[in-house]
Amino acid sequence: MSMNTQGRPSKSAIVLAMEANKGLVLDEPLIFEQGAEGRTGIDLPELPKYKERLGGVRRRAAIGLPGLSEPQVVRHYTRLSQKNFGIDSTFYPLGSCTMKHNPRLNEKMARLPGFGDLHPMQPTSTVQGALELIDQLAHWLKTLTGMPAVAMVPGAGAHGEFCGMAAIKRALEARGEHRTKVLVPESAHGTNPATAAALGFTVEAIPANAEGRVDLAILKSKLGPDVAALMLTNPNTCGLFERDIVAIADAVHKAGAFFYCDGANFNAIVGRVRPADLGIDVMHINLHKTFSTPHGGGGPGSGPIVMAESLAEFVPLPYIVHDNQGFRLIEHAVDAMGKKPFGRLKGFHGQMGMFVRALAYILSHGADGLWQVASDAVLNANYILASLQDVMSAPFKGPCMHEALFDDRFLKDTGITTVDMAKALIDRGFHPMTMYFPLVVHGAFLIEPTETESKETLDAFIAAMRDLVREVRLGNVEMFKQSPRFAPSRRMDETRAARSPILKWTPADREENGDNGDITRDAAE
Amino acid sequence: MSQTRFTKEHEWARVDGDVAICGITDYAQKALGDIVYVELPAIGKKVKQGEQVAVVESSKAASEVYAPVDGEVVAVNDNLSNDPGKVNAAAQSDGWFFKIKAANAAQTGSLMDEPTYQNYVKGLS
Repeated sequence: MSMNTQGRPSKSAIVLAMEANKGLVLDEPLIFEQGAEGRTGIDLPELPKYKERLGGVRRRAAIGLPGLSEPQVVRHYTRLSQKNFGIDSTFYPLGSCTMKHNPRLNEKMARLPGFGDLHPMQPTSTVQGALELIDQLAHWLKTLTGMPAVAMVPGAGAHGEFCGMAAIKRALEARGEHRTKVLVPESAHGTNPATAAALGFTVEAIPANAEGRVDLAILKSKLGPDVAALMLTNPNTCGLFERDIVAIADAVHKAGAFFYCDGANFNAIVGRVRPADLGIDVMHINLHKTFSTPHGGGGPGSGPIVMAESLAEFVPLPYIVHDNQGFRLIEHAVDAMGKKPFGRLKGFHGQMGMFVRALAYILSHGADGLWQVASDAVLNANYILASLQDVMSAPFKGPCMHEALFDDRFLKDTGITTVDMAKALIDRGFHPMTMYFPLVVHGAFLIEPTETESKETLDAFIAAMRDLVREVRLGNVEMFKQSPRFAPSRRMDETRAARSPILKWTPADREENGDNGDITRDAAE
Repeated sequence: MSQTRFTKEHEWARVDGDVAICGITDYAQKALGDIVYVELPAIGKKVKQGEQVAVVESSKAASEVYAPVDGEVVAVNDNLSNDPGKVNAAAQSDGWFFKIKAANAAQTGSLMDEPTYQNYVKGLS
């Protein structure tokens, strides 16, 4: 756990050991605000004679590139990296984001030259191993979900949603049906209704029942010949398993609609429940959540979708086939035998680096390891729920799945809000949980510890939260409103940032004379 | 001008002749916190009661604003684009969102009056 103890008043043993750092957390200026003009770490050759081809547009001021020596550059970026608050330095319980440890074995595999140095435009005969790896990963995704078909190209979760819903749209067209409506529970990720809207569907919300789950009776009343699909997350964003999911699937199918599952929370059931057995027709899998590939600034996402037989022919391009010619990419609809591709979703064949990491994760864990991933994720969340529900307020009775949800009833009439609690948590060395989501509970705290945290870390987090609740009861409002005090930046004025954002950095000397123009047009030309 | 009427979704409407001036309630602006952006409909847009017609964004969340009555949008409060804080300062007066030429002015009769709305809000917290 990383703590910035600058100015910290307490005197615990840890703090005393770290006091040597006092005053060394530097306010790092931008690289453009450092150095001196003309300084450089390397010898640059003199500019040869050249002919201007800019049509008379001529620069009249210096371009303003920073001049720095190599040690200045190294220190600048090292200091910036030390300010980074990430999964490698601290507990990061951001609900619904599954910020779990990214095993270093995955990184090692992804850097093997045969994977890391590939170019997507190499002839397929030279990348047979890479294509085989994609095919193997596809096999395991199908096996773990029980689904017969998979599309590997989507570049992230929401991209997978788009892919799955595009397949549904195409399947409905093939049936000659015009269905316009998509049903989405109120607790859904915001991307679900956005995906449906992006594909031209209208969205209708399904309210949650008192237990935080889909209200089956209301769902049934909204199903009809105009409904194209239900988009449901399971376990849902309240961290609860949708108990009626089989009955939900039956009702959706009986109405002739498709059942899309948002698989963002698959880590809670991986290795234990197969989505195909629940009646799901299509689901995206966030490799960057369930299968531990880096995200949140650490790497691109990857969101393959698995599909039931009813959607298997409606795939995006390209996809891989394996025959007597080895592994081949089907890039064009005319080459697609027996399938009806709906087109290309993105350049090239998916997030290769993430495929390597995800397969390394699956193979290194094995079936027993993945079973334990789900068990431990659920156990850790329940440990947090059980350890905090006597002092905070939980809207739904546990046990929960992989995330613990609290609301702000315990803050009622204290003058302290959910965001104040989150800001104060930063001063205790933890990344805040997800706040104000899901929207179905008031002032939500959504805490996802993941399975990779030790009991010691969870205990430290629980102690910090209990300590904050004690401060709430003491009425220490000022402390909350001034938090964070020990972070590199103090509390932001979020309202001002949203109302009048400053989107462009301007050097101090130009700000003074209001000069923003760097170029001038030569009047003679 | 008639008395102000309220919806369960926390919009208010006040009918003057056949034009209903509409906005979000003081309770809604408090619940949302600092308003940072308001997306208003195009003038001439035809709306049905309960249909989404505007979006209001605070530093916490984005919320949909529904039409309190059927009709056609005849004016929007352009001041809100420069100064969305007006909604916080005066939700039920200067912070109005849009005016709807009501297809049926009597429709506001189906909405809550002030005491009923205040009671309704009390039940929510």
